[in-house]
Formats: sequence, structure tokens, C-alpha cells
Amino acid sequence: MNWTRLAAVSRKEMLQIRRDARSMYLAFILPLVLLMLFGYAITFDIRDISIAVLDRSHSAASRELVESFESSGYFTVVRYLDRLAQADAILTEGRARLVLVIPPDFTAALAAPGPATVQALLDGSDANTATIAMNYAEAIVAGFSARVTLVGGTLPLPVDAATRIWYNETLESRNMIVPGLIAVIMSIIAAMLTALTIAREWERGTMEQLAATPVHRLEIILGKLVPYVAIGLFDVAVAVVVGLVVFGVPLRGSVLLLGVMTTMFLLGALGLGIFISAAMKSQVLATQVAMLATFLPALLLSGFIFAIEPMPWILRAISRIVPARYYVTVTKGIFLKGVGIEVLAVDGLAMVIFAALGVALAIRVFHKEIA
Amino acid sequence: MTSRQALRIREMVKKEFRQLLRDPRTRAIIFVSPIIQLLMFGYAVNTDIRHTATFVVDHDATAASRRLIDAVTASGYFDITGRSQRPADLVKALDHGDALVGIEIPAGFARELALGRADVQIVVDGTESNSATVAQGYIQRIVREFALGYAVGADASAAGIDFRARAWYNPNLESRVYNVPAVIGMLIMLMCLLLTALAVVRERELGTLDQLRVSPLSPTELMLGKTLPVAVVALVDLVAVTLLAIVWFEVPMRGAPLAVLTAAVLYILSGLAIGLLISTVSKTQQEAFLSMFLFFQPAIILSGFFYPIESMPRIFQWLTVLNPVRHFLEIIRAVFLKGAGFGTLWPQYLALLALAAVVLGLAIVRFPRSMAS
Repeated sequence: MNWTRLAAVSRKEMLQIRRDARSMYLAFILPLVLLMLFGYAITFDIRDISIAVLDRSHSAASRELVESFESSGYFTVVRYLDRLAQADAILTEGRARLVLVIPPDFTAALAAPGPATVQALLDGSDANTATIAMNYAEAIVAGFSARVTLVGGTLPLPVDAATRIWYNETLESRNMIVPGLIAVIMSIIAAMLTALTIAREWERGTMEQLAATPVHRLEIILGKLVPYVAIGLFDVAVAVVVGLVVFGVPLRGSVLLLGVMTTMFLLGALGLGIFISAAMKSQVLATQVAMLATFLPALLLSGFIFAIEPMPWILRAISRIVPARYYVTVTKGIFLKGVGIEVLAVDGLAMVIFAALGVALAIRVFHKEIA
Repeated sequence: MTSRQALRIREMVKKEFRQLLRDPRTRAIIFVSPIIQLLMFGYAVNTDIRHTATFVVDHDATAASRRLIDAVTASGYFDITGRSQRPADLVKALDHGDALVGIEIPAGFARELALGRADVQIVVDGTESNSATVAQGYIQRIVREFALGYAVGADASAAGIDFRARAWYNPNLESRVYNVPAVIGMLIMLMCLLLTALAVVRERELGTLDQLRVSPLSPTELMLGKTLPVAVVALVDLVAVTLLAIVWFEVPMRGAPLAVLTAAVLYILSGLAIGLLISTVSKTQQEAFLSMFLFFQPAIILSGFFYPIESMPRIFQWLTVLNPVRHFLEIIRAVFLKGAGFGTLWPQYLALLALAAVVLGLAIVRFPRSMAS
């Protein structure tokens, strides 16, 4: 291995990236755009759930209950209904997610020894939002109920459940999205960049020219990797700064560890990109395969949005070969949990293996294609 | 349309079909990958909180503390995956991600319970804020019910309000039946964009577009010839993945198939038109792919696929109105789960129609011009 030749290949690659406006955009602008878009548009915090109210009681107590829904910040009353029959239409049309039904005898039933029944009809089609809405509604009703019964003189509940949330104390979804997002963006950028630039070299036949020079194939592959790793690290650094400054995400662990893990991840992802583009040899197929093989799995099988544990075993097995999965664990661990190598060793090792495998595969395929 | 025109379009369509179906790799991308993706993502898009890994530290070890733990596991939402006497183990389990919830019952729990002032410490891993919110809600409810049951015996009805929630359309609150139709929408859009944009730009790159241009084909005929085969392929894919969703994932189909099909035709039209538009601004397949990606990614994020539109900041909510994916997902989800039809969904159909008309119009104006250049 000759460092001068390696550096020459890197410089050539860097020049090519710099001259190509689209590559520059892909490398430097797109990550920021994605981060801003995701960071601002996606919050999984469910607020302002639209509800309709069928208040048959029209009493001070029923108004107080509705008021406690509104003042919680989780619900917005969009409509008052007159008949139960209207509930069907309003839920089907999706204009409200929950219909709160307060019976005519609400005040009387509250005063009487038995319970007063309050009904909630939920649009269950979006199970996730419905579950969260139901939990909020139950908590509000329980709070109201406790206030009413305490006034009535009942004892407080004998168990106090003190719940604490760790790592993300305010349960802000942004805190979980930004670290995961860095992993997703990096896998997209890595695969797209390499798939595009290297497949182009195959298509134009300049790869053969490169192979005809005295440069060793290991130097070619590594020389091509270096600029992209540098770009990737730069992107991650920018994303981390934006995450900290703009979105206020905490960074509790070691920055150095994050840098090392990121390098490993990038080597693996870029190696995969080179492998795909060398195996496909056409830019179109390469980008399509890169997209299918990296973007969607990184989005859906990495634990970024959907938890991996509830998936069937076969998908859990597949997720083990998605490098983004390990990287998501690492970024969340370092950002939110502040854990170090003692916890992340397994994920780190997985990424080292991916990096070695990615580079090895790239060199192998490259060798075969040239020969 | 004259018979000559019809003939020219037919020949063009034939050529396009041959090109699409000749290459085994392209064939695989067209017909096999949507099915594999639906199978994979159908299982992945699951946000149900069940069997959450829970770590228990029970310092009390009495009948009362065991009853509380039983109540937690009996709910089906929590599985006890570890027990210990040392709180440090609980911290370790959460740090390693081996458990998402920790319960610590202090010594003297049974005694304090009898006096009506027991506490339980509950720790929830908040890194997944969404699951954490739900898990927290469940566990608080379980503890509240346990406490109520203890306070008033088996008859919990002495409490002020009996709150009865019923979920319509999806009584078991399974997230899969809601998300699988959305995956269908995503796959169809991807297919339309990829095939249209790349088919046109590939010819431009190969120089065969010039050959087509000097042929008697008019730009409109060329456009039709390019898009019709893609529309057919997209419809075949739609039917295949929809059947798979119904048969394999048991997504209920409560509405009329025609309601889905109508929406799909409009949706595919807008997808094709966007694909054509992308082809007009791209000289190379690379450019086309990048532009496609720039449209596709925000379109998915702003479609309400992962998270409800009404919780987005206002400005993003407005943006979603221009997104055909949003309208199609609303229609397909409502038809599948709620059995809704044109009567309730007409605003979405109208929006889809308007969007399809506008982008198609733009493509019709721009496409011949880009051919001429």
C-alpha cells in the first residue's frame, strides 16, 4: 500500500464531488434539509386531539369535566353533538377522534353512592393515537373523579405510584427522533453517494482506466472511501450541533465514542454502497437497490420509529443485518442514556464487523469485475 | 383519436412493455419487491405496546407485593424479564435496554398498604417517547385499579366515575391494520415515480429519445406510450399487494373495492404526472433519481403515515394538502377500516382529482417542451 497513491485517488474523488453540484447538494445540503424537516414536522407527541362532546347533562359538573379535557392541552373540542347518531358520522369522517358521552343523570349519579358512567367512543383505526388518547382521557377522568370524590370525603387511594421517566424526562419525541435520524440520514447519504458516484465510473468506463494505472485495488477502494467518510463525519458533526442547538437534544455520553462509532458505521455503509454499485454496474439499478436495501430498512427496521422487540422473529433476524439498527442503538445510548463502551460494546463490535465486511466485499467484487 | 394515432400509441406501449419486462432484474423490482416489502414492512409497522420487558425489584416479598406484580403481568402489557434484590441491577437493565420498565417495591409495602399510604417506584425508559407514554399510562392504570380494588374490596364501583372507552373500527386497537394500507400507498407511489421518471430519462441518456423524436410520434403520444404501461404495472401491483394485505395481514376490507380502485387510479395518475415532471427537469438518471427522492421522502413524512397530521405544526399541516400521498392514505385507510365511501370521502377524492389534474396539466405543458430541447 502506497499512501501517496491512496491520497491521489482521494483527491481525484474529492475533486469530482466538488465539481458535481448534485453530489455537493447530496453531501452537504440534503442532510440538513432532512434533519430540519424531520425535526420540525415529526413529533410523536400527540396533542390537540380533536374530540366531540355529547353533553346530555348540561350541568355545572358536566361542563367542568369538559373543561378539564380542554385545559389538559391534549384535547380540543371541535363540536358539540345533540344526538348519539351524529357520533357515527363524525368518527367516520375523521373530524373527531373521540366522542365523549355524558349521561343526563350525571350530577345525580355523582352524588349517589354508585358510580356515574361516562362513555368515550374512540376512532380506533389509528390504534396508536387512539391508545394514547384513551390513556389521556382516562387520566383526566380519574383526576376529575378524585376531585369530586375527595370533596365527598373518600380517602385517597392507598397506593401512590411514583412514576419517573428516565433518559428523556419530558418524553419529548424530538429527543428520540434526532439521534435516530442521524443514523437514518447517514445510511441514506452513504448508500446514495457511493451508489451514484461509483456506478457512474463503471458506466463511463473510467473504472477500467483507473484499474489500468499502477494503483492497487485496495488503494482505489480505500482512496474512494476516505472522502466519503470525511463528508459523513462532517455531516454527523453538523447534525449533532443542530440537534443540540436548534432542537435542544441532550448529549450525555462521549463525543469521542460517537465519532469512532460513526466512522465504523460509515465504513460499513459505504462499503455496502460500493459493493452494490460494483455488482449492479448501472447507476439506475444501483440506486434502486441502494434505496431498497438501505433507506427503507433504515427507516423501518432500525428501531428508529418502530420498536424491534414486537416484530416476528424473522424480521428481528433481518434487522440484525441492518447496520443502521446498531447505529441507532449507539446514537440513542450516547445521546440520551449517556452510556459508554461498556454497554455499547456489542453494537460497536457489530459495526466493526460490518465495516470489515463492507470493505472486503467491495474489494472482492471490484477485483472480479476488473479481471 | 385517429386509427393511426391509436396504432402508434399501441406500438409504443408494446415497446415499453417489452423494455420493462425484458430485464429479469427490472421484473423483480416491479413484481417481487413490492410483495417482499409489504411482507416485511407489514410486520415492522407495529406500534402496539404488548409484552414490554419489565424488571422488578421487590424488597417487600409479601403476598401484597406479589399480588401487585401479578396484576402488572396479568394485563398482558408487561412481561417480567428480570428480578433482583438490588436496585443497581434495575439501573443496569435499563441502561442496557434489557428492560424498558422498572418496578421497585419498597420494604414494608404490605404494612404501609394496610395503613393506606404505600408507594411504588416506577421507572420508564423514555428514549422511545411514544411507547413510554403508552406504557406509563398502562402501568399507572394497573396500579390505580389495584389500589382501588384494595381500598373498596372487589367492588371498585364506589369510585366517582366509571369511564368506559370503546374503540370503533378496530376494537383491539391493533396498529397493523392501520399501517399496512399506508405501506400499500407508499409502494405504489414509489413504483410510479421510479418507472416513469427513469424510463424517460434513460432514453434521453442513451440517445434513443432523439430517435423517438424524429419518429412520427407526437409528444402526447410519446407521453401516453410511456405512462400507460407503468399505470398497468402499478394497478397490477396494487391489486396484488391489496390482496396480500387482506389475506395475509387480515386487514378488514369494509368498504367497496371500487372506492379504493377509483382513488388508486387518481393517485397513480398523479404519481405518473409527477414522474413525468421529474423527467422534464432531469438530464441524467442520476438527477432523476435524486429529484424523485427529494419529492418522495417529504411526501411520506408529510402524509400522516407515521403520525397524525393534526399534531404537526400548522404550516406543515397546510403543506400536506398539496400531497397526493396524504389524500390517498386517508381514503384507503377509511375505506378499509371504516367502510367509508364516496359520501364521506368526497373532499379527499376531489383533492386527489385536483392534484392529479394540476400536475398532469403541468406535465402536458412541460413534457413536449423538454422533448424539443
